[in-house]
Formats: sequence, C-alpha cells, structure tokens
Amino acid sequence: MTNVNPTLTNSLLYLDGICVSFDGYKALRGLSLVLAPGEMRAIIGPNGAGKTTMMDIITGKTKPDEGDVYFGGTHDLSTMDEASIAELGIGRKFQKPTVFESHTVEDNILLALKAPRSPLANLFNRTGPEQKTRIEEVLTTTRLKDHRHRLAANLSHGQKQWLEIGMLLAQDPKLLLVDEPVAGMTDAETVTTAELLREIARDHSVVVVEHDMTFVRDLDVKVTVLHEGSVLAEGALDHVSSDPRVIEVYLGR
Amino acid sequence: MQTSYDLLDRRGIIMLVLLGLFALIVPICALLVPKTSLFFMPPYVVALLGKYLCYALLALALDLVWGYCGILSLGHGAFFALGGYAMGMYLMRQIGTRGVYANAELPDFMVFLNWKELHFTWYGFQHFPYAALMILAVPGLLAFVFGWFAFRSRVTGVYLSIITQAMTYALLLSFFRNDMGFGGNNGLTDFKDILGYSVQSDQTRVALCVLSALALAAGYLLARAIVVSKFGKVLIAIRDAESRTRFLGYRVENFKVIVFTISAMMAGIAGALFVPQVGIINPSEFAPANSIEAVIWVAVGGRGTLVGAALGAILVSFGKTYFTGALPEYWLFALGALFVIVTLFLPKGIIGTLGEMWARHRTSPPKPSDKPSNMPAAAE
Repeated sequence: MTNVNPTLTNSLLYLDGICVSFDGYKALRGLSLVLAPGEMRAIIGPNGAGKTTMMDIITGKTKPDEGDVYFGGTHDLSTMDEASIAELGIGRKFQKPTVFESHTVEDNILLALKAPRSPLANLFNRTGPEQKTRIEEVLTTTRLKDHRHRLAANLSHGQKQWLEIGMLLAQDPKLLLVDEPVAGMTDAETVTTAELLREIARDHSVVVVEHDMTFVRDLDVKVTVLHEGSVLAEGALDHVSSDPRVIEVYLGR
Repeated sequence: MQTSYDLLDRRGIIMLVLLGLFALIVPICALLVPKTSLFFMPPYVVALLGKYLCYALLALALDLVWGYCGILSLGHGAFFALGGYAMGMYLMRQIGTRGVYANAELPDFMVFLNWKELHFTWYGFQHFPYAALMILAVPGLLAFVFGWFAFRSRVTGVYLSIITQAMTYALLLSFFRNDMGFGGNNGLTDFKDILGYSVQSDQTRVALCVLSALALAAGYLLARAIVVSKFGKVLIAIRDAESRTRFLGYRVENFKVIVFTISAMMAGIAGALFVPQVGIINPSEFAPANSIEAVIWVAVGGRGTLVGAALGAILVSFGKTYFTGALPEYWLFALGALFVIVTLFLPKGIIGTLGEMWARHRTSPPKPSDKPSNMPAAAE
C-alpha cells in the first residue's frame, strides 16, 4: 500500500477483489465493497450469493484466497483471528440466534460488555457500577429489562434475536454485522427490530444482511445486491429494484 | 431468585460440613474407640474411604472441564496416575536399605534390571518438596502442552475425547516398558515411610484419609471459586456456543488450556494421595477404562454441579467394592447398565435431578411460564 488510496483511508470497511473458494466452489468472485464510517448498509441477494461468506471474511472465520480486507483504513483483517478482530471493534450477529442458553439474560450482556478479555482479568473480575449502568442501558434499549433474570434458553425466538443484538451493543463495536435479524419473527417483532437497528445505527456503522424486502424498505438505507459472489448493483432500494438484472436474478422470482 | 453465584450455595455447605464431620469422626472411630466397640472403624475401611475421596477429587477435576467447559476428557486417569507415580517415586526413595536388595540408592527394580546408577528421572525425588512440586508440575505440564496444541488447532468434541484417550493409552504402553525407568508392569510398591511415618500404621492411614477429605474440600472451593467468577461464566459460554464466544473477542483456547491445566493438577493431587493409601501404583492406572469410569462417576452424580461429581464417584466406587465382592462377574454389566440408565432417565445425574425437583417444589404455586432461573442447569 505505497500509494495513498483515498477510498481506503476514508473507509471504515474496505473489501477489494475478494475471492474465496471451497473445494473448487467459488463462493466469492471479486467482491468489492466500501463502507463509510457511520453508514448503515443493507445487503440483499439470493441464497448462495455469498452474503454469509462475506461476513465470515470480515470477522476472520474464513481467510480470503485473494483480495484485500481493511478495517478503518489500516488494519488488514485477513491476517487477524476472530478474537483480535472482535477486539478491534467488529461485532457479529449470527443468522440463527446464538446466545448463551444456560446464562441469564443479564449475564449474556455482561459477557459481551466491553472489558478486558484475558483469562486472568476475568478470573478476578468485579463488575463495577459503570458496567452495571451500561447493562441497564442495553437491557432498556433491547426491551429485555423485565426478563433480565431469566435463562436465555427460556426466551422467545424474537427475544433471543434482540438479546443477541443487545450483546453486540454491549460490545460497543464500531461496526455491527447483522445476519438476517428478522428471520422467523412476527410482523410486530419485525417492526420493533427495524426500530431497534435504526436506533443503533445512530452511533454505529451497521451492515445488515436480509431477505425480507419489507424490512429492508423499513430500514431505508443504501442497498448492495450480491449475486454469485460479487456485487450486482448498489444504491437506494428503489434504484436497485428497478435494475433489470436485479429483477432477473432476485426480485423477479 | 436467580442462579446462585455465591461461592457457597446450599449444596456446597452441606458437602463441606459433611467432609468436616468426616474428618473429625474418622480419627475418633479409628483410633480412640476400643476395637470391640460397634463404632470402631477397622483400618481397611479407613483406607477404602480414603480411596473413595481421592476418586471424588478426580471426578471433581473432570467435572470442572467437562461439566463447565464441555471438554470431555477420556484421559483424565493419566493425570491421576502421573501424580500417583510422582508420589510413588518419593515413597520408593524412602525405602532405602530396607528393600530386598538393600541398596541405599537404587529402588529394587533397578537393581533387578542390573542398572548401575539411578535413572535421571528419579533425581531429587528423595526430597518431599521436590516430589510435591512434581505431583503438580508433571500432570500440569502435560495438560498444558497437550491442551496448547489441541485447543489451538480447535480440536473439539468427540475428536478431542479420542485423542485424550489415545494420550492415556500411549502413556500406559510406555510405562509398561522397563527402560522407561518406572518399574515396568510391576510399577512401584512395597512402600515403607512417608515423611518419616510408617505408611502401614493406623495413625498414618487416618491422617492420609483426613488429608484426602481436606484436599477434596479445598479442591471443591477452588473449582467453585473458578466457576462462579466471570472466568467461569466464559467457560460455560464456551461450552454452550464456542464460536459466539470467539466473536465476542475471547481467546477460547487460552481459557480452555488454563482450566484443563488446573484440572490436571487437581487430578495429580488426587493420585498422589491415592498411592500411599493403596500401597501401589502401576501402569494399569493409565488404562482407558479407568478414565471412562471417572466419566461415569460424573455423569451419575450430575455434570456441572461439582458436588454431584464427588457424590457420584463415592457412590459408584462403593457399588464397585460391594459388587466385585458379592458378584464379581457382573460388575462391568452393572456399570454399563448404570451408565445407560443414567443417560436415559437421569440426564442431569443425581444432584441435577434432585435440584430440579427442589426448584419445581419451591415454585409450584406460580404458573410455569414465569419459572425462575434457579434451574439446576449447569449454569450453577
């Protein structure tokens, strides 16, 4: 990176020409995506378009065969592991709600809370008043205050999704990656979730992967359409949904 | 109404009180009560109880990694045996000229093998502090190195269980070899003194039995302190959703290797207390079946409860003593049946099921939907 690349230095997340293949199957073919600081972006695309693989690349679960992944213009994510990427400030919500089922709601948030992650620091940890206040805030935002002492296993599907979003909030990342947050939710829950994400987007950058077009419309943000491992179109939802290629591969079905 | 995170919960207090009473009653019944009395405890019972307590400590160590961190080790007997060997080597070097060959320096088996000088692994074992250090260091180091590679390479689940099994089997085979320098298949035995006291005397037996009870209590407190800390919550998080824990920024492998090492050291202490009470250590302690039996103790008592692990070890070992006396051919069938029954009907083990019944009993009036979270789930 000898030349100064203004797109790179001004970006929060910068993916350029990413290729990944699994046993010969090309999951990503030259995917490029730039996210500005503070931006919220929706990613749509049919099954197998590479949405989840893209998340895996950003969070360090999968290493790209080719291409650059930079965070904040300087950190090369392709050389880091999950834990260091998380500490850098990238939080991830899984497609299937993944919370710690045998912990209480409150402890789930506590574990996610921004704090030292080393084993020793955790062995001698005392939860201070600031941390407690922060837990309160997250519980309020995610509407889980009344459920704080319940085991996460006993929450409804929607509540688990919110708890996981709450854990992301507690982590206080610079960038949140949210994979299909409203899959399996009721309409009312979907509306609440859109509200919750917009609230979060006020002071975080967010990437949302979603199938649900009503939900994407509710979010009202710039949309990137993926198809067969690369970007097919990008822009406002109305703009991309009028693109004939998009209609053909995705919306038309 | 939430899951108990106090260092001492009701079960823990009961267990510690019982161990305290035990430590008081055994010396009285074994040493002070006249031999004709109904309350007299013969020395073989003292040794037997001491042995059960050592098994209980091994089970506790296993529960710490399996019940709380999901690491199903099928090789924990190896750490127990290594601690036992370290103690056995100290005891061998205390024999001195009282051995069959009356060699002040070399243990009998080395004289028998025509060795001219002490095998280098035995240097320093005549000093108890050095032996005590090795009791912790050898199992700890093995667990650390093993865990370092296994957890870093993200070996989990059944694959990890298989390689722990392979580890103990490899140790079994190598300890069988005479040129390893640990007595081959005869192992180490014929002990005389421990810290200047005869291992055969009633007083020493009682002291060792009481020490085993205290070690179990201390082991419980340490394990409990670990699992109620935030470190312990991370362990449970790893057990329930490992990759989620990783994406939160925790280095899962570091947590695992630390708890695995601590657990191995506890198992080593258990083995070290076991050897002077049974009077022998040989490679059969490394047998995979021993490690699997330890897993059954934990499953029977209730994994993820600590108290249950200790209880399961004592109950199953007691059953084994009884069965192998009364119906020796059927013990393995009984053990197998026990494991099947517990898996099918008591998946949470004795303590877990009792805790669940207790929780249901206490909350029977309110409707089930607002069930409080003091389920005896492994979160405790």
